[in-house]
Amino acid sequence: MASAVTGELSAELRGFREVQRLSYECAEAVAAQLKPGVTEREAARMQREWLYERGVRDWFHRPFAWFGDRTAFVDFKIPLQFFPTNRRLEAGMPFILDMAPVHKGYAADIGYSGCLGLNPLHDKLLADLEAHRELILREVRERRTLREIYEDVDRLMVRQGYANRHRAYPFGVIAHKIDRVKERRWAPTLFGFGTQSLKGLASDAVHGHRDGWSPLWSPYKFSDHPPKPGLWAVEPHLGFRGTGAKFEEILVVTDSRDPEQSAFWLDDDLPHVRRWNEGAV
Amino acid sequence: MAGISGLDSARERWVRTGGIELCVAELGDTDRPTVLLVHGYPDSKEVWSEVATRLAEEFHVVLYDVRGHGRSTAPAPLRGGFTLEKLTDDFLAVADAVSPDRPVHLVGHDWGSVQSWEFATVPRTEGRIASFTSMSGPSLDHFGHWIKRRMTRPTPRRVGQLLGQGAKSWYVYMLHTPVLPELAWRGPLGKRWPKLLERMEKVTAGDYPTPSLPSDAAHGAWLYRDNVRARLGRPRPDAYAHAPVQLITPTGDAFLSERLYDDLGTWVPDLTRRTLPAKHWVPRTRPDQLSAWIAEFVRANDDAATKAPKPVAATAAKGGVKPAYAERFGGQLVLVTGAASGIGRATAFAFAEAGARVVAVDRDAEGAARTADMARLIGAPEAWGETVDVADEQAMEKLAAKVASEYGVVDVLVNNAGIGLTGSFFETSAEEWKRVLDVNLWGVIHGCRFFGAQMTARGQGGHIVNTASAAAFQPSRALPAYSTSKAAVLMLSECLRAELADQGIGVSAICPGIVNTNITATARFAGVTDAAEEKRRQQKASRLYGLRNYPPEKVADAILGAVLHDRAVVPVTPEARGAHFLSRLSPGALRALARWQPPA
Repeated sequence: MASAVTGELSAELRGFREVQRLSYECAEAVAAQLKPGVTEREAARMQREWLYERGVRDWFHRPFAWFGDRTAFVDFKIPLQFFPTNRRLEAGMPFILDMAPVHKGYAADIGYSGCLGLNPLHDKLLADLEAHRELILREVRERRTLREIYEDVDRLMVRQGYANRHRAYPFGVIAHKIDRVKERRWAPTLFGFGTQSLKGLASDAVHGHRDGWSPLWSPYKFSDHPPKPGLWAVEPHLGFRGTGAKFEEILVVTDSRDPEQSAFWLDDDLPHVRRWNEGAV
Repeated sequence: MAGISGLDSARERWVRTGGIELCVAELGDTDRPTVLLVHGYPDSKEVWSEVATRLAEEFHVVLYDVRGHGRSTAPAPLRGGFTLEKLTDDFLAVADAVSPDRPVHLVGHDWGSVQSWEFATVPRTEGRIASFTSMSGPSLDHFGHWIKRRMTRPTPRRVGQLLGQGAKSWYVYMLHTPVLPELAWRGPLGKRWPKLLERMEKVTAGDYPTPSLPSDAAHGAWLYRDNVRARLGRPRPDAYAHAPVQLITPTGDAFLSERLYDDLGTWVPDLTRRTLPAKHWVPRTRPDQLSAWIAEFVRANDDAATKAPKPVAATAAKGGVKPAYAERFGGQLVLVTGAASGIGRATAFAFAEAGARVVAVDRDAEGAARTADMARLIGAPEAWGETVDVADEQAMEKLAAKVASEYGVVDVLVNNAGIGLTGSFFETSAEEWKRVLDVNLWGVIHGCRFFGAQMTARGQGGHIVNTASAAAFQPSRALPAYSTSKAAVLMLSECLRAELADQGIGVSAICPGIVNTNITATARFAGVTDAAEEKRRQQKASRLYGLRNYPPEKVADAILGAVLHDRAVVPVTPEARGAHFLSRLSPGALRALARWQPPA
């Protein structure tokens, strides 16, 4: 597996890793409870309650859940369509749980793809995501510009026969920066996004605009710069005729000269990575 | 392939029932599931000879002459001797004789289907029928309800449907006149019938119809007289099928409207629909497709206990497949060139979703294999990737031979492979001209020659789709070579369409327009020698096409639609439709547009 978490992580990275693990635990716990008839709203509430019980009070964004062809964002025209609906889960349906909790001041943003029962097509999509995780890390280490990497991911998807579905996200981002968030007693959300996190993102955007970089990793000109050190929540999202799959996890980019240390995945012990490793054995 | 058409090798036996002797023929291994074929009017069991020999390779095939037809004896008196009740007695007697322990798989055509509907819906045959494949013959009870429903609330559409079917049923009224039909059949009509069939229905003469035709037709008139008025006037209210039904509807049937089966879902809990672009006598004109569909249906329904549950995952993943596509393309063999990317790949996937078997052909071996892999995952029962450069005549010929021997004769051929070339006429070198014409035009010619020849040789219809372009009717100073090649493809398609129309083979030209595929990323720019400059132009073109963002999936949908409705020329994107419209309304406007020089 391509990653290099060698040595001790700094206390700060440990904090991020903990909340990312917590989120994936939540995703696995909720996924295990999903059964036919559960709606997207119920799945989102289950994630919210599970995390609330474990001390999460603020969000980068509140949990999303997409079922069936909504995993591929079929016919999504406006951003409101991302919010959970009353779509019910059926046997064989793919689903995606996407949440971004803030815990003890650390934020995570994860995406978990699963399927209720057997679905060979969904398995194939999940397996094909592995190449994207490797490609992204390799090219970030090569310090290619974010826009180029985006286009390379896009080309790989086309070659695989898939549609790029992260293009549907706001600004078409494949990733965005994620940072520490001040803990406040009152943590309101705006259109599902935590105001504190939005504030952080906005201030990054303002600073970045002056210095020629952006906290949003998009196909556009403002992403035509090498990776900026920091934490990036990377979320390649494949779509194939009504079936979608993604993963989302934190990529750490540093200013180290050692390529291995210049970029690495925060955690290699995640459900999708374990799945690929098991498949390889 | 079964070349011998006769039933010479059939084992014959006689079944006595109700004072009648029925001539029964059997083929194939008696341990295999029994498929019972029932013929229509005016026919005898020989109408099935082509289908029966094909099915006999896998099944125990049984055919019988309906009472009064072929070599079976006729009831005396004829009046009242052909009621559906008596025909049901005959069926049970035959089924008990040939397959006493296991239920049979029933297949009916025309009146054979009409009576089989009776068998499949009356209680006394329950447990004797494992499945029923119906073609060109509705249940008289369902038909009666169909008429009633349309008479009681006659909306304009319903009146239209009634009148439509009413006009198609002219022969039913004729057959109700006394004596005249018998005289006609035993006289001039019987003599001319084979010629009429050949001319009107494209049924090639041979050992069919049999010499017994005049008496078959004369006796068979009583099928109508004994049942039609009685059943249509007072249809049974409980005519629900107790076996799975596969309905095969020939879309060119001159005697039965497709609309007859609109309400069938309410009568048949387990219904599979198929459509076939053919005329009424499908057992004669489309034996390959029929036997494939019958065999598939029999296999799926043979043992109710071990019957595989329908895959749930597949339906969830392909919620968007139009039923009309699945009905038409299920099990068909489709070959797509240029299938490693773009429109070709999307087309292969669209056919795969509809249940077709797919051969994905491309220069790019890995891409073609990938298309085949994914096609299998989304519903293609079988899919293969083949590596060929369509411009290579020998390679195409070899491919055609391989496909014919290993996968079968192609039902739908999509000549899609093409390359882009832009640049002014004088900047385009002879070499570049040659390459564009080789791929875009000769690739299509090779495909049509080799695969089209197989289709015509088989003589059971098919369809050829050629991907032309909006550039075929929109001249442009920027795309002389490309436009020339595509205009040639368009005209080739039109000519071929005219030539193949008689053989039931459709030809369509698709003119997509600006579609977001990687044709721009691989396009050549005539006169540009600098690799970096070429790359820059490719990227720029790709970006523009990306901004336009017309998905290849929509073109694929247009291709399936073109085959389904046998359309001649299909412009796809709005700009292509606009250009097509202008090319007829005011070509001058297009010429003015052609002079516009796109910025480099």
